[in-house]
Amino acid sequence: MTQILKDFPSIASLRSALDERKISSVELTQTLLKEVAAQNELNAFVDLNPELSLAQAKAADQTIAAGQAQILTGIPIAHKDIFVTKGWHTTAASKILKGYKSPFDAHVVEQLIQAGTVSLGKLNCDEFAMGSGNEHSAFGPAHNPWHPKVVPGGSSGGSAAAVAAGLVMAATGTDTGGSVRQPAALCGVSGIKPTYGTVSRYGMIAYASSLDQAGPIARSAHDLMLMLDAMSSFDPRDATSIQNCRGVANQNGRIKQDFTQHSQRIEKQGAKPFSGLRIGVPEEYFGLGLDDGVAKAVTAAIAQFEALGAQKVSISLPHTRLSIPAYYVIAPAEASSNLARYDAIRYGHRTEQYTDLADMTARSRSEGFGAEVQRRIMLGTYVLSHGYYDAYYLQAQRIRRLIAEDYQAVLGLKCDVILGPVNPTVAPPMGEKNQSPTAEWLADIYTLSLNLAGLPGMSIPCGFAPGFDGQALPVGLQLVGNYFEEGQLLALAHHFQHATDWHSRRPESATGALV
Amino acid sequence: MNWEVVIGLEAHVQLSTISKIFSGSPTRFGSAPNTQANAVDMALPGSLPVLNHGAVERAIRFGLAIGANISPRSIFARKNYFYPDLPKNYQISQYEIPVVLGGSLSFLVDAQPTTINLTRAHLEEDAGKSLHDNFPGPHGEASTGIDLNRAGTPLLEIVSEPEMRSAAQAVAYARTLHNLVVWLGICDGNMQEGSFRIDANVSVRPFGQKEFGTRTETKNVNSFRFLERAILFEVQRQIELIEDGGKVVQETRLYDSDRDETRSMRSKEDAHDYRYFPDPDLPPLVINPEWVAQVKASMPELPQQLSERFANTYGLTQVDTLQICNNRETAAYFEAVVAQLAGNQGKLAANWLNGEVLAALNRDNLDMSSCPVKAVQLAALLTRIIDGTLSNKIAREVFAAMWVGESGGEPDAIIETKGLKQINDSGAIDALVDGVLAAHPAIVQEYRAGKQKAFNSLVGQVMKAGQGKANPQQVNDALKRRLDS
Repeated sequence: MTQILKDFPSIASLRSALDERKISSVELTQTLLKEVAAQNELNAFVDLNPELSLAQAKAADQTIAAGQAQILTGIPIAHKDIFVTKGWHTTAASKILKGYKSPFDAHVVEQLIQAGTVSLGKLNCDEFAMGSGNEHSAFGPAHNPWHPKVVPGGSSGGSAAAVAAGLVMAATGTDTGGSVRQPAALCGVSGIKPTYGTVSRYGMIAYASSLDQAGPIARSAHDLMLMLDAMSSFDPRDATSIQNCRGVANQNGRIKQDFTQHSQRIEKQGAKPFSGLRIGVPEEYFGLGLDDGVAKAVTAAIAQFEALGAQKVSISLPHTRLSIPAYYVIAPAEASSNLARYDAIRYGHRTEQYTDLADMTARSRSEGFGAEVQRRIMLGTYVLSHGYYDAYYLQAQRIRRLIAEDYQAVLGLKCDVILGPVNPTVAPPMGEKNQSPTAEWLADIYTLSLNLAGLPGMSIPCGFAPGFDGQALPVGLQLVGNYFEEGQLLALAHHFQHATDWHSRRPESATGALV
Repeated sequence: MNWEVVIGLEAHVQLSTISKIFSGSPTRFGSAPNTQANAVDMALPGSLPVLNHGAVERAIRFGLAIGANISPRSIFARKNYFYPDLPKNYQISQYEIPVVLGGSLSFLVDAQPTTINLTRAHLEEDAGKSLHDNFPGPHGEASTGIDLNRAGTPLLEIVSEPEMRSAAQAVAYARTLHNLVVWLGICDGNMQEGSFRIDANVSVRPFGQKEFGTRTETKNVNSFRFLERAILFEVQRQIELIEDGGKVVQETRLYDSDRDETRSMRSKEDAHDYRYFPDPDLPPLVINPEWVAQVKASMPELPQQLSERFANTYGLTQVDTLQICNNRETAAYFEAVVAQLAGNQGKLAANWLNGEVLAALNRDNLDMSSCPVKAVQLAALLTRIIDGTLSNKIAREVFAAMWVGESGGEPDAIIETKGLKQINDSGAIDALVDGVLAAHPAIVQEYRAGKQKAFNSLVGQVMKAGQGKANPQQVNDALKRRLDS
């Protein structure tokens, strides 16, 4: 089956086609819904509502016909099943929310509706965003379009898979410990987690509130910029939403303006566009069980930055290793409390037989939550318990501060951005991590610290390395900036992508090898 | 053995905001179940709490009124426990750093000025309600219903130090606190609707012992009378238990007003591990000095300030002012009376207010707001004392008639109707005196022999002759003149 979005390498190119009436949003949506059905084995989508998608497309066509199209009008996207939606079921990929429909839309969903996007439905993910391979989903695993037997990454695995397979131009994701960046890396697409507080968490099902942050996944840095710009704005319904980003109001247009300014400055420098840019490369990052192939691709990408004029600086982030224990105390602690509301009383799965109220809640939760969620709830309950709080939770908060200080000791002082790997390996085969849960946790080493520090970071494709079955699988490069520097990161990534073509490589046949 | 009672009180004061503490739902009482619960109150997926600054403003008001410290940065925490009418299965409350720290309340117990220190006051959300009675399930079976209208209602939990030593003290403290929060306009004070709820921590120890005894916490006390009963019962129970060789168990108890007893609700062993931790959905509550100043500027004159003003202006004693400034209505009544009187007659007004008026209110179980004698009427009565029309004694008689509404409660009309006007005419008084002296030569003789008591007896005879209406001072003077001349 042909893939219609292959004809459009970017949102801008699709925009032109829509504006020039080469294709209508309704036609495009109809075709994509068919492709979604045809690629059912990918298991990227967990809920569809064709009628609603087509209604949105029709509205987009009318807007276009009226000459009032915005940049994202009629652009097909989809939402991670962590965002609540009025039109589609919302389950957080959990049995406990099977059949749940929200009476309201998440802020991110509202913003993207206002921007004119057309949503194709809800995307698979790890249950309550807990996982790194999309293997912990009540809907079964999503697959990696590059090879059907490897994971797409997680927890926003469905989002990355759908973008990589060309089923949507972009998708929303959430990143609590790398859940946007890592699947983007493993599926060969781009993803960004912005500064904590820039995108509202209203309507985003909470996993670990102090770490959760929404971010888009798309095919290029420029497309990410358009998506993030539409998603990022102050929201009084989220008390952690930021009103003012270093003197600039947090509203639509902020990211774009910042991106444009950085882009113009970079372009002016001609053949050496990155002149004057200091890129920090943490010493610690290359000794942590980093796969050779991944190291090679990341090193080459850094060299490419140098070739474009940047100056490489060796830096140290000494507390990096502690980010794993700190994260796996703080995130489960918050999760144990956030997930307490799923008690079978007001909504959600309720067990068939029970003796009393406590029994009803306990049985419903045991049946409704998957193993990984239960593991984290128990861990979180334990670390918050009387007599353990100081030793675990408070200690983890102290480490969290040290990690944030690590970054502030280098960013803006020794370097302007930090480059490194996203994941120690390419996408692992399915089932590999199920034996030891902590093995899955250890692979989060490069991504967790940004969530702990609240910093923005992104992942862009930077090459391939041999993986499962000898298949060449995508490698991601991570770019980290200081608070509110999403615009700069996106501009740098955009110019890197201008000079390279890793981001435009697509899997040959998304489901070809599936049997 | 002599036992000392130790009491500390926790008050849950429902703040008078229109909407809930973390959501926009209304806080009205008595609506149909679950009609005042939105996504936040129901803890729907993706909902988030946003702090109502009106609740904070009220907490600041309270802190200022009791002379407490307002924390410049306080923290909301999650108190985790599963309960069906607690939708998130955690309560947002303040734990380590509350918004109000310290402060004190002063009041009278048996006319004895008493000061009790407060530990803290913190903001939190209320839970919903479980409806156990007559709630049929979908198949008619006995079930429990959940009403979330109250879930998220703002509360200020006010905790005293364990400084009270009797049920009477505890009740006086609770009444003073109740009056204060109503005075400040931060709570409607309606105890039947649960706007002001008290938990009593009670323990006993042998007099002279330094360490506290094991305490119990009695909940569900929704009137001052029940508070007194609950404490008295609990004290008695603990003393008997110990004297019979038993031990008080640390537990939560429930007061049953029908049976006038407290019952064990849950023991310490069943106590939850609440797993408190800072709520990541809510940034620290920052209160800068400007905000505090702004609240201060909008505050009504406080009982303490009013007391000082009354003491300075009218020369009132502390006992006087504590009584008058016990609630806003009484203070306003006092000021209205004084305003009607010529000259500085604050002391006279205070004596009457704290004497006759409060006694009558207490006797008839009335509030100042429903006092049958209006301020202007009391002022008219006092004017008649000042101008000598009435003696204090006759004035009390007139007051009693005013209280029951005779002659429209107007003192002049009552004086007229009853012919109670004081006799101030010196000729008339002299005539009365002469009559008495002539009729009682024996007593006159005793007086002349040096018996001072005989003088009082003669005064009594004159007053009797004048049907109590003769001006006592003038009677005294006239008698002295006649006898000593």
